[in-house]
Amino acid sequence: MSMLPCTIALALAATATAASPTLYTGAHIIPVTQAEIPLGDMLVADGKIVALGPSGSLNIDGEGITVVNCEGRVLMPGLICTHSHIGGWGGADSSGPIQPETRIMDAIDVNDPGFRRAVAGGLTTLNIMPGSGHLSSGQTLYVKLRDASSIDDRIMLGEDGKPMGGLKMANGTNPQGRTGFPGTRGKSAALVRQAFIDAQHYLDRQTNAGDDASKMPKRDLRLETLGEVLQGRRTVHHHTHRHDDIMTVLRLAKEFNFKVVLHHVSDGWKVADEIAAAGAPCSIIIIDSPGGKQEAIDLSFRTGKILADAGVKIAYHTDDWITDSRYFLRSPAMGMRAGLDRETALASVTINAAQMLDLGERTGSLEPGKDADFVLLDGDPFSIYTKVLGTWVEGSRVFDRNDPKDLLAAEGGYGAGNQRRPYMCCQEHAQQQAAGGAQ
Amino acid sequence: MMLLATLALTMTASPGTIVYGDVVHTVSGASITSGYVLIQDGDIVEVGHASDARPTGEELVLHAKVVTPGLVDARATVGLTGHHNIPHDQDHRDVTEPMQPQLRAMDAYNPQERLVEWVRGFGTTTVHTGHSPGALISGRTFIVKTAGNTVDDAMIVPDAMVSCTLGPAGQNGKGAPGNRSKGIALLRQELLNAQHWMRDDTKDESDEEGEEDKGPKKRNLNMEALAAVLRGEMPLLIHANTAQDISNAIRLTREFDIRMVLDGGCESYLVLDELAAANVPVLSHPPMIRMYEDTKNASFTTPAKLADAGIAMAIQTGYESYVPKVRVLVFEAGHAAAHGLGFERALRACTLDAARILGVDDRIGSIEKGKDGDLALWDGDPFEWTTHCTGVLIDGKSYEAADCRAQ
Repeated sequence: MSMLPCTIALALAATATAASPTLYTGAHIIPVTQAEIPLGDMLVADGKIVALGPSGSLNIDGEGITVVNCEGRVLMPGLICTHSHIGGWGGADSSGPIQPETRIMDAIDVNDPGFRRAVAGGLTTLNIMPGSGHLSSGQTLYVKLRDASSIDDRIMLGEDGKPMGGLKMANGTNPQGRTGFPGTRGKSAALVRQAFIDAQHYLDRQTNAGDDASKMPKRDLRLETLGEVLQGRRTVHHHTHRHDDIMTVLRLAKEFNFKVVLHHVSDGWKVADEIAAAGAPCSIIIIDSPGGKQEAIDLSFRTGKILADAGVKIAYHTDDWITDSRYFLRSPAMGMRAGLDRETALASVTINAAQMLDLGERTGSLEPGKDADFVLLDGDPFSIYTKVLGTWVEGSRVFDRNDPKDLLAAEGGYGAGNQRRPYMCCQEHAQQQAAGGAQ
Repeated sequence: MMLLATLALTMTASPGTIVYGDVVHTVSGASITSGYVLIQDGDIVEVGHASDARPTGEELVLHAKVVTPGLVDARATVGLTGHHNIPHDQDHRDVTEPMQPQLRAMDAYNPQERLVEWVRGFGTTTVHTGHSPGALISGRTFIVKTAGNTVDDAMIVPDAMVSCTLGPAGQNGKGAPGNRSKGIALLRQELLNAQHWMRDDTKDESDEEGEEDKGPKKRNLNMEALAAVLRGEMPLLIHANTAQDISNAIRLTREFDIRMVLDGGCESYLVLDELAAANVPVLSHPPMIRMYEDTKNASFTTPAKLADAGIAMAIQTGYESYVPKVRVLVFEAGHAAAHGLGFERALRACTLDAARILGVDDRIGSIEKGKDGDLALWDGDPFEWTTHCTGVLIDGKSYEAADCRAQ
């Protein structure tokens, strides 16, 4: 994977006028997509990884290059969370169970201190999602955790020039029970099927209109978004816990041929072969204990291993506020505690996660040509004693543990938290149910 | 997980159990490399170097890389809050009245709750549990072992503390205070009522107008509980997280000269001198607590800062209304260890120091001759995420550690 010296020279020449190239030397490098390099160097220029290899192997002319000594440190790709709620309360409102027209982008507080805590945890990319209290609560947003004064500074543009994101959907009890919302699982599935049938009809009308503008249906944000799902241009990120709910998602994904990532999958271990056969990747949540809500009473730390053994591509997620991004690495480590292999654990919060967000070509591993999204650790990624020392997004440092403000975000303390109660996937609904106040 | 009940092996203790550890962390004394612990009739009878062990061959023999005392959770609600999180299994809080010190934990604890078994699987052998924060006075706490078929089997201290909550977190339900001043006023008045009630507990209060004594006064369960606090028999466990509420708690308990234990203390690092001067022990919030509203300034370093200031401190798992329905003590203590507390102090904070604050250090919290045979066995540093609890002994009975191998 290391590049020829002459190629490096060319790359350096090309970026001579841009930000100074930086060489990170002497680190234990974990590229994820290739073998770990016990003592390695990585060259970054213009926000991209230029080269990496064993220390001294890059043959770089030192002139004009900033050298950062990383001896005794671990260098690995920035962490990617496929399911986060930082800064986002929005998406759908209480007016109905299916609202794909809403965008989380329009509801994110870019100044939420949760973002500072996320970079303190080594996260560089998030899928920010609306909640799970709806069959579809709206469009998610893939963001890079660049320094930002507006969420627009953090978006990622896709090939179509639009901000990248998926569609949040949910089944099981969270979207059920309130006025105007489905009362049963059967009704939930029926409403979703009808919505996709409506969207297919909308697409058909567009196709039939051809070049005749007069026959073109009026733009409909809801159907347009569901249409993107049907066309394979937008991934469904589907909250689902119980084994039968997981099977329902797979059934609908097959019927309408949409691309889906299964999220949480507390019962995933019960239907691992079925998930594998459907080719659906899974993004798993790790919680200290089972229960707290009915659908999660069989939650197991072994889900990751069982799914991976069955051939399922797995990721872990924070579901931040449910778990804090600062100890995201705990989740794959808990997977390892329950038997998951180290290689998959590393991939689960980097390249696998990137691929679930269609970002696998841009980030998620340390490879020449990829965005320079990386973290520097003072020890093994899966040790509780390890600290994130620095986080870089596209070559720019966004977290420095030596900076007192950043340390405050990393450790907590006065001014580090949120004034408001956070959004937690359907906590209030669950509590109403616990109190016997909901249907 | 359904298998857990059948996996839990109970063995008779009479010939004894001998546990060999590559390292035995006694906590009360030096750690022993290549050590052993002999337990007979439920108690630790020998601790020493493995080479000094004189097994008869009759003992149950266990091996572990690391042996620690069974972990002591300084404050939880497990057993009163069940994993289903439905009315049927939530008995931690009643808000029909703002102050109900009469509510006993023993009447609400479910020893067969799956989450009790769950935390035992991660090395927790003793829990200070009971009525949760969330009412001005929510009830009482007690101390149990994480084993036993009935609450009587589990219970080691029937009444531990009276649980009180300051700040908005305690302003719930009928008659609850609407702000901080009212909360303190209600508490002061109730303590004054109890002082008055205590003056002559043989005389009926309805008989004040000088009529002939009608005999022993009718018992009052709430007054009896507060009287126990005022007499120093039980501490007031005050849940307070902001510096303001912590200061209020110190002022209140100083006025009535009552023992206080601080529960939570997210901003306790702002009032270390006050806490030290008042000699208040702290059951520190779980380091991984969510940071919002009254807990918004929580820090991973709270336990370290308390310990650095010389304040008696133990780590709790606390109360969670949603998920995780219980936190796991070893995870929280490990987090504190990694953020300034260090291994030794963190281990003490979830064993002997917790036992001392709870007043049960004569029985549990360290590996010493004469103490209960409560041990946790590990295959590495107990605080590492990837280490497993490989066995648990409670009063000498061996339980298979569920850890993450459950399911």
